[in-house]
Amino acid sequence: MEDAAKKLETQPQTTPKTLTGSEILWDTLVNQGVEVVFGYPGGAIMPAYDAMIKYPVRHVLVRHEQGAAHMADGYARASGKVGVCIATSGPGATNLVTGLANAMLDSIPMVAITGQVASGLLGSDAFQETDITGVSLPITKHNIMVTRPEEICQALKEAFYIASSGRPGPVVVDITKDAQQKSCEYVYDPSPVRLPGYRPDYHPIDKDIARAIDLIHSAERPVLFCGHGVIQSNATQELLELVEKTQIPVACTLLGLGGFPATHKRALGMMGMHGEAWVNRAIQEADLLIAVGMRFDDRVTGNLKTYAPGAKKIHIELDPAEINKNVHVDLPLVGDARQILQQILPHVKSCKIQPWLDYIEDLKGETAVIEIQHLPDHGKLYAAHVIHDLWRYTDGKALVVTDVGQHQMWEAQYYKHDHPRKLVTSGGLGTMGFALPAAIGAKFACPDDDVWVIAGDGGFQMTAAELTTCAQEGIKVNVAIINNGYLGMVRQWQQFFYGGRYVATPMKSPDFVKLADAHGLLGLRVTERAQVKAAVERARAHEGSVVIDFRVEQEDAVYPMVPAGADLHDMIRRPQSHNPIYETGEDE
Amino acid sequence: MTESSHSLRTFVAYVEDRPGVLNRIASLFRRRNYNIVSLNVGRTHEAGISRMTFQMEADDDMARRIEANLYKMVHVLSVEDITNTQSVIRDLALIKVRVGPERRAEVLQILSVFRAHAVDLGTETLTVEITGKQEKIDGLVATLRPFGIVEMVQTGTVAMTRGNQGAAARAAHTEDASGIAAA
Ligand SMILES: Cc1ncc(C[n+]2csc(CCOP(=O)(O)OP(=O)(O)O)c2C)c(N)n1
Ligand SMILES: [Mg+2]
Repeated sequence: MEDAAKKLETQPQTTPKTLTGSEILWDTLVNQGVEVVFGYPGGAIMPAYDAMIKYPVRHVLVRHEQGAAHMADGYARASGKVGVCIATSGPGATNLVTGLANAMLDSIPMVAITGQVASGLLGSDAFQETDITGVSLPITKHNIMVTRPEEICQALKEAFYIASSGRPGPVVVDITKDAQQKSCEYVYDPSPVRLPGYRPDYHPIDKDIARAIDLIHSAERPVLFCGHGVIQSNATQELLELVEKTQIPVACTLLGLGGFPATHKRALGMMGMHGEAWVNRAIQEADLLIAVGMRFDDRVTGNLKTYAPGAKKIHIELDPAEINKNVHVDLPLVGDARQILQQILPHVKSCKIQPWLDYIEDLKGETAVIEIQHLPDHGKLYAAHVIHDLWRYTDGKALVVTDVGQHQMWEAQYYKHDHPRKLVTSGGLGTMGFALPAAIGAKFACPDDDVWVIAGDGGFQMTAAELTTCAQEGIKVNVAIINNGYLGMVRQWQQFFYGGRYVATPMKSPDFVKLADAHGLLGLRVTERAQVKAAVERARAHEGSVVIDFRVEQEDAVYPMVPAGADLHDMIRRPQSHNPIYETGEDE
Repeated sequence: MTESSHSLRTFVAYVEDRPGVLNRIASLFRRRNYNIVSLNVGRTHEAGISRMTFQMEADDDMARRIEANLYKMVHVLSVEDITNTQSVIRDLALIKVRVGPERRAEVLQILSVFRAHAVDLGTETLTVEITGKQEKIDGLVATLRPFGIVEMVQTGTVAMTRGNQGAAARAAHTEDASGIAAA
């Protein structure tokens, strides 16, 4: 890779040259602005790997193709650009599947390139033949199979365009081995892709914009929703301006966190199953919801029949298929969130909603007595405290990548993100094992960021092999393992809904400090709150990747919690007792 | 979600004539839990473009989402719900009836009532072709059943709206609109 002399000049060429399909592949990627790809070689993709060395693209060798897909995903989320991963046919391609499904549900722009058996062998059950376009059909935005070198450039250009336009999503390009090997006349055609059946741009009509403005002005108890679409359409500035003008309070979805500054006085926090109590209550009592770039997932609405019964609903959303899918809305505005907010902004005036704002402040005050950040720890180490301290000692500026489980919800509650693309988390699919590889991808997107993984002991072990990737690539990520000795989120459900029977959730882990050491990385262990600051500072100062094993309380639960399918205002709250933390087991 | 009543809907879609397009559409229907009542795909007068007619049970919201989800597919050029548009809707059926020479005349008379006709004659059978709406075909089948039906085949429903404009032209008009009216 370092051998720069081998790299081709990448000046735009105008006269056709004879190139192999593999060379065309890399030339097209370079022309699409790709700088890094995450992948793993194998028979059917070897010609492409062989040609890669001649092009200025950095390859990151993963330890499992799922990691490659999550890295491309993390790269895309942190940068806003298309992430690229590459794998061989058969098992290489099927190992990408979880990563594709994850990117699909969270609308992440990603291109996955897979090798395929030679075109003459297609359909013959050849060695390592898997119908990956068939397999990935329902979990990709689109996929394309290529059997001739002449088609490679066009297919990739279409893939990048489709992945990144409209509602983004993953696209698979499956290229047969002979298409990679054969040569053809080639010159890169920079003209834009034209697809007659693909028109992702929608614009609301002026009359509807005017109606939205009227609804906003006549509302007494409005709430704005900031979803992932705010971040993806780069509408954070417009949303902030709208709030500054109207003073309407903002609730975020999990993926919308960072789309509106968490420390702003109109920021309410996260909504939904583990949303703050005052947020969910405000939603239930609102008379207007203005949802921007979100899809009313069941994790944010709870029981649909009792959801925000008194509220008119404006839905600003890019994908017309999301309108009236879960929640019936009064005014859909279909189009790009940023453009729509720009259309609305000049016409809105400040709203007379002080009583409503005061009311929400009162709701917040009620919660303070059972808020864990205000409670003494009695010498114990609570995950919520670890995350709060992590926020403080990273000045709230880290790029945090979370895994899936209790720690993910505590991060969402207690790490206050003021900027977009500084929280990377798996929302729709809830994929354990996502964090470490996604963080590696995010680090490539933002090399100067202080990148932190917050993972559970369970999820971390699913993709822990990517620690070696950090070591081999010489990159620095800090890994905070919130080690509670359980598959904590499942244990919490067992505690609440399955009579406290902890079936298959107690989990043994390796010594994470030694594991870090075995990878040539720094490992630290924290068992008391007083040690958190020093550990975080030491990790930040250390040159290479660091793993911190936070041995937290084993049986704490995430509060509040709206049980699945329950009414949004029907929350399980942190028990109010002199010992603030819910104890299970012995005293039952 | 509204729980408005489901009714039979007819959609017309133009799709690129490429391998796998039907699979993509069928996969979408299955994944989204849409239940197809009938489906017909065939070439059109334009090279490279196929036309689909499909029918399914859906309420208003669902019908609109079916349209929107199909429209998102890269190879789908246009989709239109023609349920509430004046249309010619046809099915074609071939029915082989067990009938010997003695009762042939009787059957042929029935066919003329249904405006169906005989397209093949065997010593013991007679093959009938009928086009029309489903109810008409059902009526003929019921009438012929006492004779004994040997086999039967039916195409999916095909539909075309009445009047001067073609579906492609109508779809082009709404190219930029999401097709969603404010409630
Ligand atoms: C791949 C995968 N398998 C199973 C689950 C179901 N699941 C959700 S949270 C969870 C427990 C996570 O445990 P851990 O990683 O230790 O995090 P904690 O909840 O303890 O913070 C499980 C098993 C999942 N989300 N993803
Ligand atoms: Mg755990």
